[in-house]
Amino acid sequence: MAELITYRQAVSEGIAREMRRDSRVVCLGEDIGVAEGVFKTTTGLFAEFGPERVWDTPISEQAIVGAALGAAMTGIRPVAEIMFSDFFACCYDYLANEIPKMRYMTGGQVTVPLVIRTANGGGLGFGAQHSQAVENWVFTVPGLKIAAPSTPADVVGMMASAIRSDDPVIFFEHKGLFASKGEAAPPEHVVPLGEATVVRPGDDVTIVALASTVSTALSAAEQLAGEEISAEVIDLRGVVPLDAKTVLSSVARTSRLLLVEENPYQGGWGATVASIVADEGFELLDAPIRRVAAECVPLPFADALEDEVIPTVNKVVEAVRRLAAF
Amino acid sequence: MTVSADESVSVDAGRLLEWYEQMVLIRRTEKAAYDLFMSGEVKGTTHLAAGQEAVAVGASAALREDDYVFATYRGHHHAIARGATPAECLAELMSKATGLCGAKGGSMHLTKADKGMLGSYAIVGSHLPIAAGAAWSAKLRGTEQVAVAFFGDGATNIGAFHESLNLAAVWKLPVLFVCENNLYMEYTPIASVTSVPNPAADRAVAYGLPAEIVDGNDVVAVHDTMRDAVRRARAGEGPTVIEAQTYRHFGHSRADPGKYRPADEVERWMQRDPLRIARDRLTSLGVDEAEIDAADARVEKVVEAAVQEARDAPYPDPAQALTDVWADGGAAWRN
Repeated sequence: MAELITYRQAVSEGIAREMRRDSRVVCLGEDIGVAEGVFKTTTGLFAEFGPERVWDTPISEQAIVGAALGAAMTGIRPVAEIMFSDFFACCYDYLANEIPKMRYMTGGQVTVPLVIRTANGGGLGFGAQHSQAVENWVFTVPGLKIAAPSTPADVVGMMASAIRSDDPVIFFEHKGLFASKGEAAPPEHVVPLGEATVVRPGDDVTIVALASTVSTALSAAEQLAGEEISAEVIDLRGVVPLDAKTVLSSVARTSRLLLVEENPYQGGWGATVASIVADEGFELLDAPIRRVAAECVPLPFADALEDEVIPTVNKVVEAVRRLAAF
Repeated sequence: MTVSADESVSVDAGRLLEWYEQMVLIRRTEKAAYDLFMSGEVKGTTHLAAGQEAVAVGASAALREDDYVFATYRGHHHAIARGATPAECLAELMSKATGLCGAKGGSMHLTKADKGMLGSYAIVGSHLPIAAGAAWSAKLRGTEQVAVAFFGDGATNIGAFHESLNLAAVWKLPVLFVCENNLYMEYTPIASVTSVPNPAADRAVAYGLPAEIVDGNDVVAVHDTMRDAVRRARAGEGPTVIEAQTYRHFGHSRADPGKYRPADEVERWMQRDPLRIARDRLTSLGVDEAEIDAADARVEKVVEAAVQEARDAPYPDPAQALTDVWADGGAAWRN
């Protein structure tokens, strides 16, 4: 039986592998050193690599990502942590105006090999300012690559790609998945950014999911199988580069598409996928494109309320049933 | 031969003449930029640095070739002081393919990375953390390079300024924070919106950083202050905040006539024109007026030729709009 590790262990493992491989890889963030991260996602890094490569910062999100940018422009490959993705709002100038534009505005004079890791999403009851899924905040900015793995092995493999990338990468680690287990990544495991994967083949409906919604979609597909509905589940694994081909080729077989997003319906990444399929795959469709996304409200605290807002197995099952009826 | 007014000041006439010529080069290029803007050949906006030349030239003279400079949207003087030519700067302003950034940046984003001029930033204060990061990188790589962030007085009231000073102090980074205090935050007197009289220097205390207030219109004073601060930074002694008191000759941007500035204040600062101060220093060092005039004449020709060169240059191929997003040179975000 293959060795199992947790998603949170995979984060540390993925970073450590790259730090061993390339001495230019340096980490910075709040509580990531001696404390090993508030989510214990930098466990062992300070012990192995020391204070010269694992830097504790003040609570200064602008300084963290700004300094990471300056270092990336001058020969270092920084891995910056923003503790909760909600705090992107504290340094959004860097995410929206500086990091993604630097190469372009200078006519290609500078390169920004930078990773910003962050704990994203709901499910742990942290309330409205520590639970949002904010893929859409960065998806809206041209010039950022965006990874959002759903399994420990993908965390390791995509971390390798993100750190080796000469482009800035936003790396979403899902809070709700930290305790989940999966097969450990083999040595030298590299998963390219921008490659979706079919995690459950099916014939009747295509469900496209990301990060935490992959397991939601898989549970729904399992339940639907008992109703003679065969759902194909695609783990998008990231949204930039966007693997539209895998989605379109699946829809070519199933003729039905459901997008399952934890970010809000309003401006969520699924809207862009839907527009691509509507534009380039209209003749493939036998039913409208549907989205199960978060309700357009702040994330509430109580589980009973949060379940009402974010995608659940029941919501996905219900949406697929309606699509299958077309 | 040395200037004797202040015994810590030390510069020979030959070097000072070079600095003077560089300052004139900036002054004439800025005037050309203004004229080109008024004639419609430069679109968008410009923020001219005429009057603030001594900060750029004096500071730059204290740096190594491989040091890093980060400037603001009022940054033409820093680009030129680091070795960008007037032709490539003006071409950028005029949307020409031969511009510093291939006309993708414009007046507010002049960059010359191969000279360590790592950009001009148009979000106030945003580049201070970035400069701190470049200094951190130099420290990590053990190169004894320094990074310099030039910023205006207005930037001292934004969060990034305070986050950077603290981080740089805690990490003892080889970074110089150089405030060009030209007394106005755009159209508003900085004193009317700031809690302390010296917006940068007075804040340094809170971060345990040394601060120097310097006559920003005296290229020699700027150079000497920078030289000492750079020496400390290279020696691992951490950052310094330098507040250079200066004044812009043009308005804030575009065709702003700067009517909000009292006439007697403008007159007083015009008397303290950095070119005039440098010229006086040169003559007191025994340099011939004719030699100084010859420098003026050389610059006149260079800038005239630069304007012509930029005018003659082609506009960028429209296909260039979809390049340079990613390191592979392209802009593809999906397959």
